[in-house]
Amino acid sequence: MLSRYLLRRFAHIAFLLAGISALSFALLELAPGDFLGEAKLNPQLSAQTIAALREQYGLNKSLLQKYIYWLGSVAKGDFGVSFAYNLPVSTLLWPRMLKTLELTVSSLTLSWLIAVPLGVWSAANRRGWLDRVVSFAVSALLAIPDLVLACIALLVAVRSGIFHSGDPVLPVTVLVLGALPILVRHTRAALLSVSAEPFARAALANGIHGFELWFRWLLPAAANPLASLFGLSVAGLISSSLLVETILGWPGLGPLFLEAIGARDFYLVIGPVILSAAFLAGGTLLGDILLYMVDPRIRLES
Amino acid sequence: MKQFWHSARLPISLLVALHLAVVLAGFLSPEDPAKQNRKSALLAPMNIHFVDSRSKLHLRPLVTVEGEDRPLRFFVSGSQYRLLGLFRLRTHLFGLDEPSGIHLLGTDEFGRDQFSRVLWGGQISLATGWLAAVISVGLGMLLGLAAGFWGGWRDSVIMRGAELFLALPWLYLLLAVRAFLPLSLSPSATALMLIAVIGVVGWARPARLVRGVALSAKERDYVYAARGFGASAWYLATRHCLPETYSVAATQAALLIPQYILAEVTLSFIGLGVGEPVASWGNLLAPLRQFSIITSAWWMALPALIVVLTSWCFLRLEDALSSPSPRKHECEKMV
Repeated sequence: MLSRYLLRRFAHIAFLLAGISALSFALLELAPGDFLGEAKLNPQLSAQTIAALREQYGLNKSLLQKYIYWLGSVAKGDFGVSFAYNLPVSTLLWPRMLKTLELTVSSLTLSWLIAVPLGVWSAANRRGWLDRVVSFAVSALLAIPDLVLACIALLVAVRSGIFHSGDPVLPVTVLVLGALPILVRHTRAALLSVSAEPFARAALANGIHGFELWFRWLLPAAANPLASLFGLSVAGLISSSLLVETILGWPGLGPLFLEAIGARDFYLVIGPVILSAAFLAGGTLLGDILLYMVDPRIRLES
Repeated sequence: MKQFWHSARLPISLLVALHLAVVLAGFLSPEDPAKQNRKSALLAPMNIHFVDSRSKLHLRPLVTVEGEDRPLRFFVSGSQYRLLGLFRLRTHLFGLDEPSGIHLLGTDEFGRDQFSRVLWGGQISLATGWLAAVISVGLGMLLGLAAGFWGGWRDSVIMRGAELFLALPWLYLLLAVRAFLPLSLSPSATALMLIAVIGVVGWARPARLVRGVALSAKERDYVYAARGFGASAWYLATRHCLPETYSVAATQAALLIPQYILAEVTLSFIGLGVGEPVASWGNLLAPLRQFSIITSAWWMALPALIVVLTSWCFLRLEDALSSPSPRKHECEKMV
């Protein structure tokens, strides 16, 4: 059952990725200008040189030929070639992706480690001082966009001078602060709704209370929405840090992607796009599988 | 309803004030937002005070310009602007006697008045938010209704398309579509393109929701009755199903507007939005990426506050509109 379901989901993901890449290539055909558009203005490059480069990069080919070439290079693991770097896209992408993952995986771990106890605690002390402080902080943080948070972090870095570039502390902090409010709110709400159930009262009547009640009995029962949420935070592993990386100068995928957009380096644009879509689909799938594992009542259908 | 007004009074009044201020930017701002003055580059914000340097109390507010106390004048004549894009006027709410400028939020590296630029920049940012949301929700209603009401092949084509648009993280989708469009255009063309891109890219989610409503609406008894009386499909779709989708559309719009304002801010911030010399909230924050600005000119970060305030207001409004429990769409911000 599970394996057939997985097979179907993987087929769906492959279909989606193919659709996205096809759509990107179709958009490419409509796009004005290409990588060599700027080169035409350069007096040091003759028309012949540009024509030769155009030939070499395959910019003269038809849309279908380009797409087939790209699919072939995906099969080889290259993901096309970057015009600006004159390298296969994959050799540029992998190290950058690892840098991004370094950031996002640690912030994901940290934010979940902080958010779950905090959410449980503020649910357990509903309307207590801690709950009030947490809810205030959560609604304040929700209103501050990542962009502003990252600018504040930049200000802190420059003013204090203790963080050198390449120090992951600040970007991770920004990402954690960005993810925390959502995680805490959902954990708190999930636990509050579970704590109103009859079994919670039964546990209380049996003398189970405090830490044991909330973490041992209520948290697993509230795991349902959290499983989907966890899937979503895995889905954002590639994409959630784009702004933070760009502003704080972290050499991850984000800056590379923006640079590729600016340079019209087409295959280098497609690479991160496909990668982020793959992570999004994979994360959603992971969330669904987790949901199935924590709650056997859920059937694997849609 | 009473409860709604109780919790939404503050955000709504703040939003109304903000929009009014932005619409009347020309009148409220003392300076031309594009006027450069190299001599007054990177001036710190000026305080309005009532006590002059000799500890004398004045009734008229004072501003210290270059070490000299100058009285604040109201309804002064200054640079020409168009109010609401129609009336050519020269009257500004406040200002100083010529030629010295008043800079309540300081000046940027070109000596342009930040306060005026925040107000004028709001026109681009808020207009992008509203118009792009209208496009998204409009497209979503059109396609969602087509998919839900007529079903069949239309439904499968439209919903497969929606899946494609939802398969990418939002910012990546936006940037990828932006990547295929011309990078340098005239500011007004860029602004229109930005609105179109942000609006079109976000059609999928409202379309899905509208489709769901349309699917249930077309099974209602009164729709069957109208069909029995010989109403055309077009009549049923527009008169009976469409009104059912209005509330979903309104909630979606309230949710999308702040998101789209932020989209403009983000795109302009990373240099893919409306370019200089036009002011927009994203453009105003963009200089923060320069080391010299962030070390020495703290007031350049003040426009961030207006962005935070705007998103806070919309967030409160959403909270008041829906139940206070956290909602699904919030999770999608994670991606």
